[in-house]
Amino acid sequence: MFVIRCPHCCEVREEEEFSYSGEAFVARPSAPEIESDENWGDYLFMKRNVKGWHWEMWGHSSGCRKFFVVKRNTANHSIGGAWSLTEARKEYDAEEANA
Amino acid sequence: MSDNRMNNRIKHPHSKVNLNKPLSFTFDGKSYQGFAGDTLASALLANGVKVVARSFKYGRPRGIIGAGAEEPNALVQIDTGARTTPDLKATQVELYEGLVAGRTSGWPSLAFDLKSVGGKFSRFMPAGFYYKTFKAPVKMWPIYENIIRRAAGYGKSPIEADTETYDHQHHHVDLLVVGGGATGLLAALLAGRSGVKVLLVDDQSELGGYLLSMPNVKIGGLTAQNWSANIIAELASLPNVTILTRTTAFALHDMNMIQAVELLQDHLPHSARNATQRRERMHRIRATKVVLAAGAFERPLVFGNNDLPGIMTASALTTYINRYGVACGKNAVIMTSNDLAYQGAVDLAAAGVKVTIVDTREHINPEWANRTNKLGIKVYSGYGVSEAIGTSAVQGVKLVKLGALKNIVTGSGPDISCDVLASSGGLSPTVHLFCHDGGRPKWDEARLAFVVSANGRAKDGIFCVGAITGVFALQEGLAKTRITLAEVLTDLDKTIDDSGLALETDEIAVTPARHIFHVPDGKDVHGTIFTRPKAFVDFQNDVAVSDIQLAVRENYRSIEHIKRYTALGFGTDQGKLSNVNGFAIAAEALGKTIPEVGTTTYRPAYTPVSFGALAGAHVGITFEPRRYTAMQATHEAYGAEFEDVGQWIRPWYFAKPGEDIHAAVNRECLATRNSVGMLDASTLGKIDIRGKDVREFLNRIYANAWTQLAVGKCRYGLMLDEAGMVMDDGVTACITDTHFLMTTTSGGAARVMTWLEKWHQTEWPELEVYMTSVTDHWTTAALVGPKSRDVLAKLCTDIDLSKDAFKFMDWRDGTVAGVPARVFRISFSGELAYEVNVDASYGNYVWNELMKAGKEFDITPYGTETMHVLRAEKGFIIVGQDTDGSVTPFDLDMAWAVGMKKPYSFLGKRSLARSDTSRTDRKQLVGLLPEDPNVVLKEGAQLINSSDITPPVPMLGHVTSSYYSAFLGRSIAMGFVIDGIKRRDEEGRNIVYAWAEGKAVKVKIVSSVFVDAEGARHNV
Amino acid sequence: MKKDYSIWKLLSQGLKNHEGWTPTWRNPELKPSYDVVIIGAGGHGLATAYYLAKEHGIKNIAVLEKGYLGGGNTARNTTIVRSNYLWDEAAMLYEHSLKLWEGLTEDLNFNVMFSQRGVFNLGHTLQDMRDIERRVNANNLNGIDALTLNAQEVKDRIPMINISKNTRFPILGASFQPRGGVARHDAVAWGFARAASNYGVDIIENCEVLGMDIVNGNMKGLQTTKGYIATSKVGCVTAGHSSVMAKAAGIRMPLESHPLQAFVSESLKPILDTVVMSNAVHGYVSQSDKGELVIGAGIDHYLSYAQRGSPHIIEHTAAAIIELFPMFSRVRMNRQWGGIVDTTPDACPIISKTKVKGLYFNCGWGTGGFKATPGSGNVFAHTIANDEAHPLNAAFSLDRFHSGHLIDEHGAAGVAH
Repeated sequence: MFVIRCPHCCEVREEEEFSYSGEAFVARPSAPEIESDENWGDYLFMKRNVKGWHWEMWGHSSGCRKFFVVKRNTANHSIGGAWSLTEARKEYDAEEANA
Repeated sequence: MSDNRMNNRIKHPHSKVNLNKPLSFTFDGKSYQGFAGDTLASALLANGVKVVARSFKYGRPRGIIGAGAEEPNALVQIDTGARTTPDLKATQVELYEGLVAGRTSGWPSLAFDLKSVGGKFSRFMPAGFYYKTFKAPVKMWPIYENIIRRAAGYGKSPIEADTETYDHQHHHVDLLVVGGGATGLLAALLAGRSGVKVLLVDDQSELGGYLLSMPNVKIGGLTAQNWSANIIAELASLPNVTILTRTTAFALHDMNMIQAVELLQDHLPHSARNATQRRERMHRIRATKVVLAAGAFERPLVFGNNDLPGIMTASALTTYINRYGVACGKNAVIMTSNDLAYQGAVDLAAAGVKVTIVDTREHINPEWANRTNKLGIKVYSGYGVSEAIGTSAVQGVKLVKLGALKNIVTGSGPDISCDVLASSGGLSPTVHLFCHDGGRPKWDEARLAFVVSANGRAKDGIFCVGAITGVFALQEGLAKTRITLAEVLTDLDKTIDDSGLALETDEIAVTPARHIFHVPDGKDVHGTIFTRPKAFVDFQNDVAVSDIQLAVRENYRSIEHIKRYTALGFGTDQGKLSNVNGFAIAAEALGKTIPEVGTTTYRPAYTPVSFGALAGAHVGITFEPRRYTAMQATHEAYGAEFEDVGQWIRPWYFAKPGEDIHAAVNRECLATRNSVGMLDASTLGKIDIRGKDVREFLNRIYANAWTQLAVGKCRYGLMLDEAGMVMDDGVTACITDTHFLMTTTSGGAARVMTWLEKWHQTEWPELEVYMTSVTDHWTTAALVGPKSRDVLAKLCTDIDLSKDAFKFMDWRDGTVAGVPARVFRISFSGELAYEVNVDASYGNYVWNELMKAGKEFDITPYGTETMHVLRAEKGFIIVGQDTDGSVTPFDLDMAWAVGMKKPYSFLGKRSLARSDTSRTDRKQLVGLLPEDPNVVLKEGAQLINSSDITPPVPMLGHVTSSYYSAFLGRSIAMGFVIDGIKRRDEEGRNIVYAWAEGKAVKVKIVSSVFVDAEGARHNV
Repeated sequence: MKKDYSIWKLLSQGLKNHEGWTPTWRNPELKPSYDVVIIGAGGHGLATAYYLAKEHGIKNIAVLEKGYLGGGNTARNTTIVRSNYLWDEAAMLYEHSLKLWEGLTEDLNFNVMFSQRGVFNLGHTLQDMRDIERRVNANNLNGIDALTLNAQEVKDRIPMINISKNTRFPILGASFQPRGGVARHDAVAWGFARAASNYGVDIIENCEVLGMDIVNGNMKGLQTTKGYIATSKVGCVTAGHSSVMAKAAGIRMPLESHPLQAFVSESLKPILDTVVMSNAVHGYVSQSDKGELVIGAGIDHYLSYAQRGSPHIIEHTAAAIIELFPMFSRVRMNRQWGGIVDTTPDACPIISKTKVKGLYFNCGWGTGGFKATPGSGNVFAHTIANDEAHPLNAAFSLDRFHSGHLIDEHGAAGVAH
């Protein structure tokens, strides 16, 4: 059971205040109608399910109710950081660029 | 045993037992006397009770081995009735006046256990024998299994509900110290002096740890007792330090979350227990830093018949004499591989017990040789006890001469008689908590122990001090604790203050221990029918050395396999005494080193913890919150039966005296259709949505279109998930062009709210919308039926209720019974109906005023059951009952609620076009009419093509809703049928059978609108 | 296959200090190539190898295991076996498995202690009861034993259970499958390992797959910590780690790996002789032959491969058990642990070919894989041997996530396992 720092409340709080909300940065196709069944199914269901550093969304469900992004290691539960959606996107893109 | 009763109590200068306070108690039906300060174990030993249990598999007599959490044998049943508690360790049960303890094994008695008859054939019952037998004939297995089950198990579960209560307390501290022994006390004091917030927990009734068992050691020139008393006194004076005794830290989780359980009342006599106080409290501790000072357990050496009563660890023997004033015998043999056992031997001899030491080492510590010599203690060096002698208690030992370098027998030794035998194989650090969140201990060959690390900083925020790090000498442990605490305090931006603390001790310098775990007996039984006396590793599970060797022979080579095959360490003691011996013996059998073999995984709980403490106050009606509407008291007064809907408690029906549910619902339905009824609809989820982009937002969220909805109007909406499946529905009203009020299902409100917020925040942040849950702000009284307008008119004069001024699917603001109200003219029944929404604080008042106003029309309150019937008569769905997450709007024949032409691809739209989802012959919702109008179908009945039943029978769908319609005078139903919409309209294909519980009922597929298809009833 | 486990052999070995027992499974050297390689020596993987050898005549098989065999979810589950699923596809697959369970001890010559003490799925709301009715009727029409019971009938069969109305979620009734029950989880892995090994299957422990050699969409071999293995057919049965394996093959799966926790009480005299499951309160309990109450919790919602979850889940489950059995409040939890469950969007498994020729996946069993062990191995063996799904697993292909033909067990009370 970990603690998470909500980037909106700027407070470190117990996991029980938050709700896990799935992989981050799964963008909805901008024109769903032109996507093939295959691509649409991938968007709906296929997951990275990373073992290691995982970019994921959490909602501060018993707090400010904002969604934000946490970088968390799924192998050992350590947390690399938590950012608002916009800030996280920058961090994520920078990391992807370096990878 | 009872006839072997004697008094082993001696007056010991440092004993913590108060001989002026005798306590009477019973064990296994016999009465005994102990004293305040005793544990049940020390009191039993003082009374000379040797056999306290029978072993799990072979029914062998067993006695007390340990003095604390490590005890494998002495499991007892404490108390009776609703307070009976199974499987407590006698070594941890504090004695109180009138304590009633029972045995947990031995049938028909402790003196004679039937299992011991089978145990005589233990040679045929090695590890895992049950995997190889009890197989034939196959039909016999349940009988074999019943016998196995009856033979297994220790204590008895209570059979009455627990009458005591539990709770949780949360702590946020700078430093948690686990363990109140010498190093833990020092750590807490150094931290406490710096001003940081400190919590110290210790599992015993008294702080001091093993210092309580070694009162003769001097620290800084003080006796151990005085040294710790000074520290405890100073700690007590520090307001920033909290001390919890009788509190066991049993689990360590991610990021320094520790669970600890505090026993609040179990140590008190019944008369002193406080019924308003909790029995146990679980502490959830979030600590910035944790210092683990959990100490170590002494592990015994393994040898033949080492399970005889009267055999214990040397530290337990020492603890009983020094702390409890109990000499466990008059003639003791102590076998050791190290220096640790000597202090106890000396203390015991000083108390007048004859002591013989068998030291497996060739060379013993000269200082100890000197001291034992002075006391006349005979020391056999280079010898080991290969076998204990005795039947129901130890009576003597056989010694063998051991090789100087190898653990082999090089010669014989004498037999020595004794009435107690203790052994020390070294210490096994209590590394459990450190390992709970993934830590692994390392083998230290010099210390012969799995230790955390020699360095105090173990991992993020976790520091270890004392024996857990392999530092077994007190002086070294205290010195290193000081260094570690300096580091901890530096991390916390504090400095250390150790003024006035002298930490040097008068311990004798330690000499190396011998690497020995299992004492060989030199016998060769290979190829013979002779067996060795069993040498037990795990007492609680009857795992012997031969079992581990057999496991290895059968290729169970991973230590986890060995553990699982033999059950090593699986008991309620979690292998505290046995695991390391088991690893070492496995290593030998495998031809590997101990670190190569490694350990099994240490898992919570460190010691067992009651379900009650885990659950805390979340039991009974507080298991989960219940939500009630503002009208609850009125409903109760009116005799409502209630139904759970999500977290809500809703009136189900209002039975009058003598009515069953059917009579009540028929009456409610008819009253509503013929005059007026009233439903508490407050539980519907209500979300207030504002902003300039609400219409666009709703267009995206809902399947239908919102662009044209005018101010003052309402519209029904169907919400789909991204897979195109119906997830919720409800009516949304346009309050202003930038302000809408959405309603959701009662059970789905929270889920929908989160769903809206997530899409807004993650995908459409450019839309200006603001959402607020207002479910609890409003109460809703749905006034339903042809007379509803008349009733409302009596209380509402500022809204023109006429047909054309206030149309169906309109809403108006006004006052009802003098209270500001928002009235929706919407209908979930097909009748003329008004939903009156008022501030929740006035909800009950307005409800009652409406009841009064409706009296002349015989207004009838109704519950969810009548609501269901009325809506089913109209073919309206209930999401969750007529849908199950696999249903599209088209499957529901609700294409009218899908705006396929909307420019934005609303949620779920694309999925509706997938190859399987777009099939037109999917299961579709239709109306169903049983051939016999008096037969009400079972909800959940399966629909099939023929009444001929030979499994497997292809199923077409199922009945989702089914009722007797008093209005129609017949039964009606709704359900899914493959290709149902086409079948409905094709004579010959429109007959199916509804099958439930062995009966098939002929059913005709029809339109699901059973009443007033043209909508005349609400359009008045 | 040698069938030498018997009471007679035990007696004769008892007179010889048990020196004559042979290894339960062999410890062979890894060969450079195999006809089929199974990744993952859990129950499902070992069962797959066993049925490949027994029913499809393939003998040159390796089963690779990165740790010790049977050490993943096989070793960590609450051992419940039942087949009372709602949808035909799921019901038929689990029923196939249940039938294999009924003959497994005899087939493997290893007592897997399959104990058909019945399984209750409790209903606490009117909708629960509708779902139960629907599922029981479907079961009966599929030829699966199942009954709907009211609260008093539940109480008659489980005297300790609390059916009072004064609880937060009163029990309204249950479905009951008499043929359901529990089994000894370790024995299943060991029994399959022994039987497969006897057929010549090489079980290689401590051998981790590091990479997949895929050329033009065809499986060629595997890189492992013990060297390269040439093979044209790989069956991946790695449960929680399936996504990691899929990544090595360059594909993505509709899987999420979550912690699932369980715990046992201290050992008690017999008090509960059946299996009780409640989705509404998240508690699943039976009593093992050793006397421990074996209790399953709900899953943690975040992804994790750490084999541990958060304590509030366990706390909630303890409360749930007390809700059902108030007398267990004073019973104590002895040990808790966690496994990694790979969940799919429709709570049904994937037993499927992939777009890589010669690479097959058997995964997505979520919280309910143990009960399927023999059936899963059986149909997966067929799929690998014939490069085509067995009729019973045709519906469990990866295609369904594109066509939309999900088998959604979420919607019915059969979802939790």
